[in-house]
Amino acid sequence: MGQIELKQVTKSFGTTQVIPPLDLIIQDGEFTVFVGPSGCGKSTLLRLIAGLEDITTGHIEIDGKGATDVVPAKRGLAMVFQSYALYPHMSVRKNIAFPLRMAKLDKAEITKRVEGAASVLNLTDYLDRRPGQLSGGQRQRVAIGRAIVREPAAFLFDEPLSNLDAALRVGMRLEISELHKRLETTMVYVTHDQVEAMTMADKIVVLNAGVIEQEGTPLELYRSPRNTFVAGFIGSPKMNLITGPEAEKQNAHTIGVRPEHIDVVESGGQWQGTVGVAEHLGSDTFFHIHNTGLAEMLTVRAIGDVSLRHGDAIHLNPRAAEIHRFDAQGLRIS
Amino acid sequence: MATKASRSAARTMMTPAVILLLGWMLVPLIMTLWFSFTKYLPLRGDSIQRGLEWVGFANYSRFLSSSAFWPSVQTTLIMVGGVLLITVVLGVLLAMLLDQPMWGQGVVRILIIAPFFVMPTVSALVWKNMMMDPVNGIFAHLWRFFGAEPVAWLQDASLSSVVTIVSWQWLPFATLILLTAIQSLDSEQLEAAEMDGALVIKRFWFIVLPHLARAITIVILIQTIFLLSIFAEIFVTTGGAFGTRTLTYLIFQRVIDSQNIGLGSAGGVYAIILANIVAIFLMRIVGKNLDA
Ligand SMILES: Nc1ncnc2c1ncn2[C@@H]1O[C@H](COP(=O)(O)OP(=O)(O)OP(=O)(O)O)[C@@H](O)[C@H]1O
Ligand SMILES: [Mg+2]
Repeated sequence: MGQIELKQVTKSFGTTQVIPPLDLIIQDGEFTVFVGPSGCGKSTLLRLIAGLEDITTGHIEIDGKGATDVVPAKRGLAMVFQSYALYPHMSVRKNIAFPLRMAKLDKAEITKRVEGAASVLNLTDYLDRRPGQLSGGQRQRVAIGRAIVREPAAFLFDEPLSNLDAALRVGMRLEISELHKRLETTMVYVTHDQVEAMTMADKIVVLNAGVIEQEGTPLELYRSPRNTFVAGFIGSPKMNLITGPEAEKQNAHTIGVRPEHIDVVESGGQWQGTVGVAEHLGSDTFFHIHNTGLAEMLTVRAIGDVSLRHGDAIHLNPRAAEIHRFDAQGLRIS
Repeated sequence: MATKASRSAARTMMTPAVILLLGWMLVPLIMTLWFSFTKYLPLRGDSIQRGLEWVGFANYSRFLSSSAFWPSVQTTLIMVGGVLLITVVLGVLLAMLLDQPMWGQGVVRILIIAPFFVMPTVSALVWKNMMMDPVNGIFAHLWRFFGAEPVAWLQDASLSSVVTIVSWQWLPFATLILLTAIQSLDSEQLEAAEMDGALVIKRFWFIVLPHLARAITIVILIQTIFLLSIFAEIFVTTGGAFGTRTLTYLIFQRVIDSQNIGLGSAGGVYAIILANIVAIFLMRIVGKNLDA
């Protein structure tokens, strides 16, 4: 229970239109991730779904019922904020119980559900503490606990992990994925983080200036980006985009090759250049290649520890099957 | 936070101020205590040079048994309580109103703060002659406009009138402190409560009010200190008549009008005791808000 449908939704702040007409269907039980550059309207879109912002024109339907003029409290959605937004004067127990108290559930039921959520999220030992006495990760779990006790139709997350350190982020990412598998509830998740998007999503929605550039499964987006924006945005490090004669040879305005789809060879490669910075990650090495005559810089992945130094000449062979071609408008040529 | 060295330096630097303050407090306190145990009537020729007659607790029992004492304590408490209630309730409402984005915000804020800059004597005079005068006051005109009989405010509703005047003066203070507190409330908390199903009144009760608890405590404590010694407003408007005689005012009458310094000093000691009782009660009720 939690299908969300946006129909021709627009949003303007004053005279500036942040979201041009936008259609989107989020299926029941789906884990949808919004990604896009900063300021592209991800948070705004999430807040429109939540009802925290009024939409300027268009319709929102939740489970097939019009929700456009329904107040946030009645939409049956739960939100987890980037700043956690816990109530500082209430204990963890009271924080988690708050939505249930507002829904006027009876005491026994509230206690049961709060303790259930606390044991799922490993918060049982902290129930009587105040949010100020918890670590960042624990606060995040309280915020999630407060969201799950209501058994909402869908969860909305706005960059919930961006205040956590890298190790904790990996842990929480797994916990949220775990939670989604278990609850099978619709989740809408906003993030900046490539890895979060690729690993968690059933469906990724790539936004640019309020426009949906492409939506699809992580692998669809990785394998066949619809345009140069998505090609450049999905994947880390970024895809190499090459224009000019080399692209024209392939009957395209722009061609794109991912760093992992270029092989380093001893000699006689199709492209040559000199090695710039080398980023050694142990398992892989990323080389920045200059003076190829193709683009300002190419990024290439070599597997393992390759002993090439700054300034060395390098020979490269792109895998022909993995080259993406785009026309002058930046659209994919298939 | 502080190291040992910085703490001992701080103590040394603070000593002169502490000694000065102690002297400032102790000298009048000890003199009041001394006078309260003596017969000191300057008009009858008593003076410190000639030595004062020691009368023990006579002044205390006389002050306590005077028919004006208990009513004055009651008046004091009603006045302080009334002003606190009005300023805190209206202060919270005004602060929330001023926090809304609106046209001419800057000007409105300055206007709201303005009464605080008016001297108590002046504001009392203005209220007495311009607003509450039964013949020419604005209220009288208003009442007549609606065909009602003008009210002689300062005689027939004297205590509530004085409470109104004092509240008008202290409302800006309460509003200002509460406004800064409201502005520090994280808007995401309100949005979270909105998502959690709390409608406007519930959001106010469960989120805004607890957030304001500390500021309200500060407003109550500071105002109480000043309100226990209200004087000018009563002196200018009713002169202590019509049930507006507070303990402070009663002491003033004993010392200045009846020129009985011994009796007035005993009243002063009672006032100190009353202030401490009020302080203990307040700290019990609201003081825990200051810990967290
Ligand atoms: N209340 C507002 N008033 C005016 N403009 C706003 C308001 N909120 C957001 N905007 C504008 O809308 C655009 C989208 O903002 P939004 O917060 O949705 O971006 P975002 O994609 O979440 O960015 P980030 O990744 O940095 O969080 C921005 O250009 C922003 O300046
Ligand atoms: Mg955002």
